[in-house]
Amino acid sequence: MTSALVVDAALALLVLGLALWVISTRAAYSAVVGFVAYGLLMAIVWVRLAAVDVAMTEAALGTGLTGLLLLGAAARLAPYEAAEVSSRPGRGLRMLIGLLCAAIALGLAAVVLMLPDPAPTLALLVAENLPPTGVGNPVTGVLLAHRAIDTLLESVVLIPALIGVWSVAADPAWGGRPGSLPRPQSGSALTLLAQVLPPFGILIGIHLVWNGADDPGGKFQGATVLAAMWILVLIAGLREPPAVRDQRLRVLLVIGALVFIGIGVAGIWLADAFLAYPEGYAKPLILAIEAVLTLSIALTLGLLLAGPPANDHRSGGRS
Amino acid sequence: MNGPTLFGLCGAALVGLGLYGLICQPGALRKILAFNLIGSGVFLLFGVIAKRGGGALSAAGLGVDGDPVPQALIITGLVVAFAATSIAVALLLRLAEISGRSTLERAGSGSHSPTHERAPAPERAA
Repeated sequence: MTSALVVDAALALLVLGLALWVISTRAAYSAVVGFVAYGLLMAIVWVRLAAVDVAMTEAALGTGLTGLLLLGAAARLAPYEAAEVSSRPGRGLRMLIGLLCAAIALGLAAVVLMLPDPAPTLALLVAENLPPTGVGNPVTGVLLAHRAIDTLLESVVLIPALIGVWSVAADPAWGGRPGSLPRPQSGSALTLLAQVLPPFGILIGIHLVWNGADDPGGKFQGATVLAAMWILVLIAGLREPPAVRDQRLRVLLVIGALVFIGIGVAGIWLADAFLAYPEGYAKPLILAIEAVLTLSIALTLGLLLAGPPANDHRSGGRS
Repeated sequence: MNGPTLFGLCGAALVGLGLYGLICQPGALRKILAFNLIGSGVFLLFGVIAKRGGGALSAAGLGVDGDPVPQALIITGLVVAFAATSIAVALLLRLAEISGRSTLERAGSGSHSPTHERAPAPERAA
């Protein structure tokens, strides 16, 4: 027990050190690199907290995709960075802010130390009600059966986010191809990777979704891996991102949420409640929802990374 | 002091650090990073609560270790955080493209002033 505590303490110190680096280092680019390392350590923390599903999501989405997004942004914003330093608050003001933030942190720490014992929990309820869903992974059971409304709202909220990203496009680029992805020189290594990795990545993604029913994994983790493979192919320049005015693309983006809502509404008649599943059909319906949601979420995540539409002709220097 | 409590304190410190960065760092990208740190600290606090709830479960003799309800909500939160971050980054890049600055100060107070649509398009750094 004590050796485990030493490992935990070292992990917590590393995480805090990296967080300090992220907020204090001078260059935004190195802050983002620190953030990626921080995210990977957080994934280990999640494993220590017995939350393997969360660890996978953190590593794939919170670190991988977010890291790529922020690295691209840091590189593009580097020319403006020098002007930022002049507008930092003065030393006295920073001290005051630091004190107030420390007070907030101390307040939260006090809450942590005063958490009720025994801890309130819904785990027993979940464990009792998991068998009727036919799903073995309690987190998947919660996401798609017990708290399906949260998951539905979340898969819907991704669409307005994407519309928001598309909306900042310049007028001439409206409806065109997304253009925020970094375009490195076409090196042979990247091209090779983009040709070799996707088959394995797609397999791993599907495996994560399929296994998510009974073991750690699930549609978000799987969809993130699929999106990463797509992004890899786009960055290597093997494929162009689709134009956002494409009707087929838009259908694929919303089909996940539509199927989820459709099955949910059918539940009103078949199982007496919105988003309830008829007895005996819970697992096939959950698998069907997961399959289409995975497709929609993967596409949405990839397009969120690809950014707003840019001018179709790429030769103008804006990529 | 046990592992979950330790990580709980770590989460509290992360919220404080992130809040400090959010207020003190002038660059908008740095603010986005700091905001993600705050979010991460909140998720960690919630994860600690999930772990403690699972402790009650294993005491009752069931194998599961961790309350799946908070864990599912954290996964949902991570996805929404990514969506929000991508919108923030898109807005920021567009702001830099149009006005030539990457801070949130009012247009008159900086050294640059906003000009029309595509005036100062600096060369891409990478």
